[in-house]
Amino acid sequence: MLLDMVMLATGMRESFRELLLSRGFDIRLAPKGTLPFDTDATIPNVDAITRVLRTNPDIREISPVLGASIHIPVGARDVSGTVLGIDPAVQGDYEFLSGRDVTTPESMVANDNLIRQLHARIGDTLSVATGYDPQTRTYSGQKKLVLTGRVRFIYGAADQLSAAMRRETLERMVQGREDRASLFMIRVRSGADPDRVREWIETYIPTVSAISVATAIAQVDQRLSYFRQLSIILGSVSLLVGFLLVTTLVTVSVNERAGEIAVMRAIGVSRTHVVQQIVTEGVVISVVGALLGLGLGLETARYLNDILSTFPGLPMAIDFFLFQPMAAWSALALLIASGIGAGIYPAWRAASLPISETLRREAIA
Amino acid sequence: MSEAAQITDVHEDRIIVSLRDVHRDYPLGAERVHALQGVSLDVERGDYVAIVGPSGCGKSTLLNLIGVIDQPTSGTVEIGGKRVDDMSDWEATSFRLHNIGFVFQRFYLMPILTAMENVALPMAEAGLPREEQRARAAELLAYVGLSNRERHRPSQLSGGEQQRVAIARALANRPALILADEPTGELDAHTGAEIISLFKRLNADGATIVVVTHDEDLATAAKRKIHMRDGKIVDGQL
Repeated sequence: MLLDMVMLATGMRESFRELLLSRGFDIRLAPKGTLPFDTDATIPNVDAITRVLRTNPDIREISPVLGASIHIPVGARDVSGTVLGIDPAVQGDYEFLSGRDVTTPESMVANDNLIRQLHARIGDTLSVATGYDPQTRTYSGQKKLVLTGRVRFIYGAADQLSAAMRRETLERMVQGREDRASLFMIRVRSGADPDRVREWIETYIPTVSAISVATAIAQVDQRLSYFRQLSIILGSVSLLVGFLLVTTLVTVSVNERAGEIAVMRAIGVSRTHVVQQIVTEGVVISVVGALLGLGLGLETARYLNDILSTFPGLPMAIDFFLFQPMAAWSALALLIASGIGAGIYPAWRAASLPISETLRREAIA
Repeated sequence: MSEAAQITDVHEDRIIVSLRDVHRDYPLGAERVHALQGVSLDVERGDYVAIVGPSGCGKSTLLNLIGVIDQPTSGTVEIGGKRVDDMSDWEATSFRLHNIGFVFQRFYLMPILTAMENVALPMAEAGLPREEQRARAAELLAYVGLSNRERHRPSQLSGGEQQRVAIARALANRPALILADEPTGELDAHTGAEIISLFKRLNADGATIVVVTHDEDLATAAKRKIHMRDGKIVDGQL
């Protein structure tokens, strides 16, 4: 449990950081006062903003992304999902799996969830709309697109139905979204400081919120502080329970061997060595417990991670419990420290036993 | 050189144990128990002394004072010419390690250690090199007739064998004095006789032995018998 809680306390943060950096984008631009895809708000004047961004020599790549909903009729049924309008040359939203990318304005790629719902195959032509009125069962912003490839969306939730097409195609399909983007993703030049670039962007483009990986992590920390607090509390409780358990085990062991310890003292074994031996016992119990608990802890973490990863709206790639060697070493170090602490009291008691009195009691017993 | 010289160190002083007007009181609730009342005793080197008497007469208390695991309320205790009645815990521990060998009724061997490791334990504590420890432990186990049990753990040994390992352990650091508290108390008559025989051989080889016992055979085997009653020596005092 301690390992799980250490993994939980550090895992979300590290997993989110890895996710943000997985495609090499250092900065995200969202509409002022929002987080990426937090609302339907969009950033106007994409071309103008792109021109401004290109004046900064530290900015290497700019990837504007437009998000929208899509509706695709399948027989009498409407299948709805989300769609991203991207530039395939610089996109950082999906990994290509098979087929062909969105090289033409008439092409579209989709994830396996959506392809399954559509009963579609690569090469099928689909009637894709960006609006749907369920009362009249009429579609708007409709266009025939060819499904050219299978992709995996990096930031998508586990059950999300998602597709991607060229941004200019999506702009034309959604009314009022011309020259707009939901998000810009920016790569900075190697060696440049992303936070300095972020500050520069907020100064020169006041209509956006610029979010670096560091600021995004800070915001995630704030939003998920509940999990961290929970992990700290449960981790402390598990450590305390472990401490009391080891103390009890060692105390019982010492009480059962009081005569043996008194004889060791009588034959000339020093107090220091008696304390060392009993503290070592506490540490051995803790380490053996830690090794046995390692497998159980990892399996529990995997099980809980599978459950928590299905929370609506969370990227599938986010791990709540992330195994890191440092976390395992931290848990082991805490357990060893706890074992030493747990052994000290019974060890001190054992070493302080009056030899003659203990031998007399043992003889009577 | 006799075998005895290999078992214990040779000393020049004739008297090895000297107690003078020793009192030992214990608190027992609001009362005080006078376990020893003015005991004076000398034990010569090479002697074999049995302390006998009814339960509660102060035999074990006297043995504990001679063994420096307890201190008198008043009076003086000298072992090998050195005052031991006012030693600090650290001094007393070191003194016991190098000068006194203990044998107890319940053997008290370390269950996770082999016979050889149990015998080597006091030598390890005294800082002897590992090879020397092993060689001497093997020599002592051979002396008590357990060469073929070196790698056995206490649970694999009979009571008599365990007591012989405990005797070998008591001899580990070549002590000047062997103290035994009811060493045959947990053994049947036949095994007890073997231990009595071993003590006689030890004494014949030069070891000074003080034994507390209810066992008449063991007491009879000693050169000198001291009778105690109500915290006093009533017979056998020098």
